[in-house]
Amino acid sequence: MTSPGRHDRQLAAGRATPAANGATPRVVLSGLGKVFTRGRKSLSVLEGIDLTVQAGEFLCLLGPSGCGKSTLLNIIGGFEPPTTGSVTIDGLPVTGPDPRRVFVFQEYGVFPWASVWDNVALGLRDRPADEQRRIISHYIGLVGLQGFERTYPAELSGGMKQRVAVARALAVSPDIIFMDEPLGALDSLTRLQMRSELLRIWQEERPTVLFVTHDVDEALQLGERIVVMTARPGRIADVVDVALPHPRDLGSTEYGSAKNSLYELLGVRHSI
Amino acid sequence: MSHWPFVAAGLALALILFARRWRDPLPLLLLPLGSATIFVAAWQLTCELMKYELLQADGSVRIIEVFPTPWQMLVGMRQPVVDGTLLRYSIASVFRVACGFVLATLVGVPLGLWAGWSLRASQAINPLIQALRPISPIAWIPLAVLWFGVKDGAAVFLIFISAFFPIVTGALTAVRTIPLVYVRTAQNFGLAGFELFRRVVFPACMPQIITSLRLALGIAWMVIVAAEMIAVESGLGYLIMDSRNANNYDRVVGAMVSIGIIGVLLDLLMRRLERLDEVRWGFSKT
Repeated sequence: MTSPGRHDRQLAAGRATPAANGATPRVVLSGLGKVFTRGRKSLSVLEGIDLTVQAGEFLCLLGPSGCGKSTLLNIIGGFEPPTTGSVTIDGLPVTGPDPRRVFVFQEYGVFPWASVWDNVALGLRDRPADEQRRIISHYIGLVGLQGFERTYPAELSGGMKQRVAVARALAVSPDIIFMDEPLGALDSLTRLQMRSELLRIWQEERPTVLFVTHDVDEALQLGERIVVMTARPGRIADVVDVALPHPRDLGSTEYGSAKNSLYELLGVRHSI
Repeated sequence: MSHWPFVAAGLALALILFARRWRDPLPLLLLPLGSATIFVAAWQLTCELMKYELLQADGSVRIIEVFPTPWQMLVGMRQPVVDGTLLRYSIASVFRVACGFVLATLVGVPLGLWAGWSLRASQAINPLIQALRPISPIAWIPLAVLWFGVKDGAAVFLIFISAFFPIVTGALTAVRTIPLVYVRTAQNFGLAGFELFRRVVFPACMPQIITSLRLALGIAWMVIVAAEMIAVESGLGYLIMDSRNANNYDRVVGAMVSIGIIGVLLDLLMRRLERLDEVRWGFSKT
């Protein structure tokens, strides 16, 4: 039982009976709840979360600040245990963080003491040197950072740092990428550009992406499905399928009406 | 004869006032020299004001100066410079500080990192460290002399004591304040044990450790003077005490100035560490 992950993944792949739409469930949450206790006070942040995420899906978790969406991501990623309910990934309960399921944080998590190259190399320590070199330069190229291999993060802009974090995550060919408001610290133009790059990369590599955001536009531009959450305690208000094909026309009436219904679900008026 | 410092100070003051009009890097060097000139002039002025006349028993008037002027200091320092005493004493002081400081670093950094990482370790040793820390290194002098005699060992021990506590506390705090996102990233990518320490914990702490080393070296340099006044018979601290006993206050002040200059040089040396690629991120955003 030391390293159950890989073994089970093969099992899961072997017995996978694709559903009618051909999707394989990757993450299954059932009856998930989280209560934080400090002294005598207890605070319920998540209640009754039931959700299935398909392999290769781009899923957005959308909700107001403090609704527990980051906590939910941390639980799925294995950084925190749930208080009630269960999380399984590829049929196995989650017991802790795993290199096959990689986080991209809002604060980047890029190590400032290491060059871009060494940051991207973080998850490839056990690979042979020539394979490392090949993978690292491929992903540095994929996120558009050629020529910055020897640069330290302090000399990079926020958007470039986030590209390093994305390249580092992709380099280990993860099954799932967790993104916790990864573009939140960027200016709006860079954010828009990074979104289309993320989509391009996702379409090339097809990892399962769980993307936390409080930005309705961001969720609508990126997600195949959007899980809308309520304010504390966080519950799932609705799961919205985004039927718009990429590239999405941000000026279309379909986009506008989808946006309006998301705002309604969140309980805010769209027009000001 | 004693007007030159004031003329220079006036020029320096004018220079400082007009310096912002210049854009070339020359004022960067001139400004500190200018303020130093003003300081020297103020020193000279103080000497002039503090001077008083004493009517002696035989009716003659003797001028008593309570504080040597900059010039008198330079004259007084000529002999120790020429006969090599100043150089020998400076090397003795720096050598003792270096020994004590390196020992304190070798013990303090690993201990602090360990205590910062392991809750049990810090619960066990941190209260003890925090209780020993407020004891002035000067208070250890009697014991140091008792254990090591009036020898280098006593001074090195006192430097160790004075540098150890800032270093161990700095390393401990550095580990405690590592941003959670770095630790989580490391765990996420499967780093554990020694590798986690080598690749994340240690580099994340380096800037703060370097800052605490700089602080500790400053304290050590202050303590060596006090230590050498009592615990040994060479060094810059001994030079001050020895000159005082010889009633040579020119040399007392000269030794003080030497201590200041060497202190600045030591600090500049430490600051070079801050420019290494691996730690630069912790010191400036440029």
